[in-house]
Amino acid sequence: MAIETPLKGFVGESIKRKEDDRFIRGKGNYVDDITLPGMLHMAILRSPFAHARIRSIDASAAQALPGVVAVVTGELLAQHKLAWMPTLSGDTQAVLATDKVRFQGQEVACVIATDPYVARDALPLIEVDYEVLPAVVDPHKALQPDAPLIRDEKEGQTSNHIYHWEAGDKAKTEEAFAKADRVVTLETFYPRCHPSPVETCGIVADVNPATGHATLYLTSQAPHAHRTLFAIVAGLPEQNIRIISPDIGGGFGNKVPIYPGYVVATAASLLIGKPVKWVEDRSENLISTGFARDFHMKGEMAVRNDGRILGLRVKLLSDNGAFYADAQPSKVRAGLFHIVTGSYDVPAAHVEADGAYTNKAPGGVAYRCSFRVTEASYLIERLVETAAIELGKDPADLRIKNFIQPDQFPYKSATGFEYDSGQYEKALRLALEKVGYEDLRKEQAEKRKKGELMGIGIASFTEVVGAGPGKHYDIAGLRMFDSAELRVHPTGKAILKLGVRSQGQGHETTFAQIVAEELGIPAADVEVQEGDTDNTPYGLGTYASRSTPVGGAATAVVSRKLRDKAKKIAAHLLEASDEDIEFDHGKFFVRGSPSKSKTIQDVAFAAYTNLPDGMEAGLEGVTYYDPPNFTFPFGTYLVVVDIDRGTGQVKVRRMVAVDDCGVRINPMIVEGQIHGGLAEGFGIAFMQLITFDEEGNCLGSNFTDYLLPTSWETPKFETYETVTPSPHHPIGAKGIGESATVGSPAAFVNAVIDAVGHLGIKNIDMPVTSDKIWTALQAAGAAE
Amino acid sequence: MGRPITVTVNGEKTSAEVEPRLLLVHFIRERLRLTGTHIGCDTTHCGACTVLFDGVPVKSCTMLAVQADGRQLTTVEALHAGGALHPIQAAFKEEHGLQCGFCTPGMMMSSFALLAENPDPTEEEIRWALSGNICRCTGYMNIVKAVRAAAVQMKEAAAVPAGAATGS
Repeated sequence: MAIETPLKGFVGESIKRKEDDRFIRGKGNYVDDITLPGMLHMAILRSPFAHARIRSIDASAAQALPGVVAVVTGELLAQHKLAWMPTLSGDTQAVLATDKVRFQGQEVACVIATDPYVARDALPLIEVDYEVLPAVVDPHKALQPDAPLIRDEKEGQTSNHIYHWEAGDKAKTEEAFAKADRVVTLETFYPRCHPSPVETCGIVADVNPATGHATLYLTSQAPHAHRTLFAIVAGLPEQNIRIISPDIGGGFGNKVPIYPGYVVATAASLLIGKPVKWVEDRSENLISTGFARDFHMKGEMAVRNDGRILGLRVKLLSDNGAFYADAQPSKVRAGLFHIVTGSYDVPAAHVEADGAYTNKAPGGVAYRCSFRVTEASYLIERLVETAAIELGKDPADLRIKNFIQPDQFPYKSATGFEYDSGQYEKALRLALEKVGYEDLRKEQAEKRKKGELMGIGIASFTEVVGAGPGKHYDIAGLRMFDSAELRVHPTGKAILKLGVRSQGQGHETTFAQIVAEELGIPAADVEVQEGDTDNTPYGLGTYASRSTPVGGAATAVVSRKLRDKAKKIAAHLLEASDEDIEFDHGKFFVRGSPSKSKTIQDVAFAAYTNLPDGMEAGLEGVTYYDPPNFTFPFGTYLVVVDIDRGTGQVKVRRMVAVDDCGVRINPMIVEGQIHGGLAEGFGIAFMQLITFDEEGNCLGSNFTDYLLPTSWETPKFETYETVTPSPHHPIGAKGIGESATVGSPAAFVNAVIDAVGHLGIKNIDMPVTSDKIWTALQAAGAAE
Repeated sequence: MGRPITVTVNGEKTSAEVEPRLLLVHFIRERLRLTGTHIGCDTTHCGACTVLFDGVPVKSCTMLAVQADGRQLTTVEALHAGGALHPIQAAFKEEHGLQCGFCTPGMMMSSFALLAENPDPTEEEIRWALSGNICRCTGYMNIVKAVRAAAVQMKEAAAVPAGAATGS
């Protein structure tokens, strides 16, 4: 019987996750698990109307309820200049409404009480006199001249228009369209949805009245950036603010913004001198925090009859809700939407984007997505499908004809991105082979003869993840670098401290593996710490798939810095010169005589006990890594569906996913990320919808109305990989947490359209529900 | 206005005075400080608060603490009673059946109830049994695998003759 060598956790090994030991025992430590002595509880009164003027607020009855400590209104906050706060897109957002409410669910007043039930009891006792105003929920209507002005408090704001933004070359694109045989057009709406991690957002704010120190336990994907923003917004000295982002129960972009509840709880703790807890309930989460998407897009593709794409033109209208709060780098207005040329060599492209205010919740978060790359990927992949139908070509062939070729990298796109690496055809061909594409097409043709509906949908996506570089990409001015601090202790064990913050991605394991690979310290001996701003180096946080591209790179670089010093110590121990020392997975030896060696543990001990003359003690370092470019993960997703003509019901028969995220550090974790992203992509394609009635009432305010996929409807996934390392990342890795959510919705919808396209049905907007399909079949005269 | 209740929680009898409106999940989390049971939706949809109530999985966010009077409650903290991991816990780790960990306790309690009733479930049966528990991270693939693996483990452990497992 073979003896298994225990895994050290080098790069490429699927070691089990270190963080799981506490989670499977119910010993995680999430924000709502934190209870401090004397802690008070906060509840928020929210607007029932989408648009209304506040005539008056009378909180006296609430204030008089036994157990109520304070009622905080916008007026009180205004006295402290806290009634408004800046957003991540340079706009302002009301913390508590003073003049008007601008969306249903907006924060109007907060009750602080000794008991959470009492805080809730007090809410209906607050009397708010509203003058209801006409609401506008459609961004097209919002831009009409007679639309009610939502942001009347903003000086110089005379309409609901927020921004106009362009990317690419308009003139060159017009030329390309003039030369085209045909223009393929698709108008589509990527509807509003919500990330909905199972843990909602919350805070325990603990401001010590004696010292002025504020400790904020926060559901934060970006604790360091949040600390700086808190310092700026609340006027607190930054060194007195400590943000602790404990275990996070999923983020998906929902925990990137700063929400009014965080600000009020902190202000209340400061004013009252006691800790204050606020954890939102699910409805509050769905109606007021971080929505995603809500893009109305018109894409036009200039093509030759042989299928070659000559140009791409996109006009989009973004519905930003009542406050422009997109969580995105400051120099862009519609995120990274201009990645819309996707995996294709498109010679000319032009994007025009406009944003509009509506009476809906703000947000615009990158829901499992790198700043609007999901909308972009969806549009181009749906357009290619549309072109294939109109040109009568196979959608796989059409993609192969237009892919950026491996020898074109680094590839400069028509809208200004420089793609690092890719082998798009290889990934597509692998997916075709694994799914048995040719046989499926034959089966489809047979079924079509019998009147049965079967579809095969393809999406060959390319993502853009891992922002910075800092000189081009920043959040509220803070450059998008990230950091790693590594301390190796005398016994050869290490602590790695990072500026990013896991919300389930497995950082405690993955980043320990990078140290293992670079220094040879087994991953089990590397403790990874994140989330405490007092205890970790500054970083911009975890979102937009940036942890491995940026934080992971920082980890590799700091490990190499320590390795360089360790080599010198090893040379001293081996009585050789530095240049003659070689290193291999934790062993230092003199070139040519590997038997004479010192381990990293020997060297670590010597770093504190037996140093070469003149060398500083210790084996520690810190790196701030500013990436030279994004990384560009890619892949092909292939979906096979069968549709019931009588009901419009879709059955996903197969889902084959080929992902290429460069070098995989822990393949098990990478695959888990892909599974999760595919399930969310499935949910977005078929189920998840936040919508509103004409008065602005949110119709997706709980999990009865906002449907999330369960184990029952979620299809099974077949995952495969190709490996194309990123040439600029220290270990060749690319981001992976979001590829599947970015790429899969188009594959699911393309499968549906592939099944019904021959009936003249060109588009069905997401979520593609049975009733929408049945209605489309009915209109085409094809329903049973 | 408190009402006395006596509940057996993870094998231990506990008496308390509770407001009649106190939710069972708050009793478990705030009064007993068993914070492994989580709250995700307040409306019986997500299953993060799943505990066993006389052995039957219930969502403790939509039950009152007073309803537990005289009953047996089992929470995630009881799974590794005695220190050793329950096969379900071990399988969730082994098969990477969790990521953020927030749904995990509820997911494991539903799995526990399933395997008590059906020790050899098919994949379809597992998917149906867990359809009241929402996970946003894993896409359920590895959760299903973990429950299957736990079933196999538990079957093998049950096949070991009595006495053979002592000292493990």
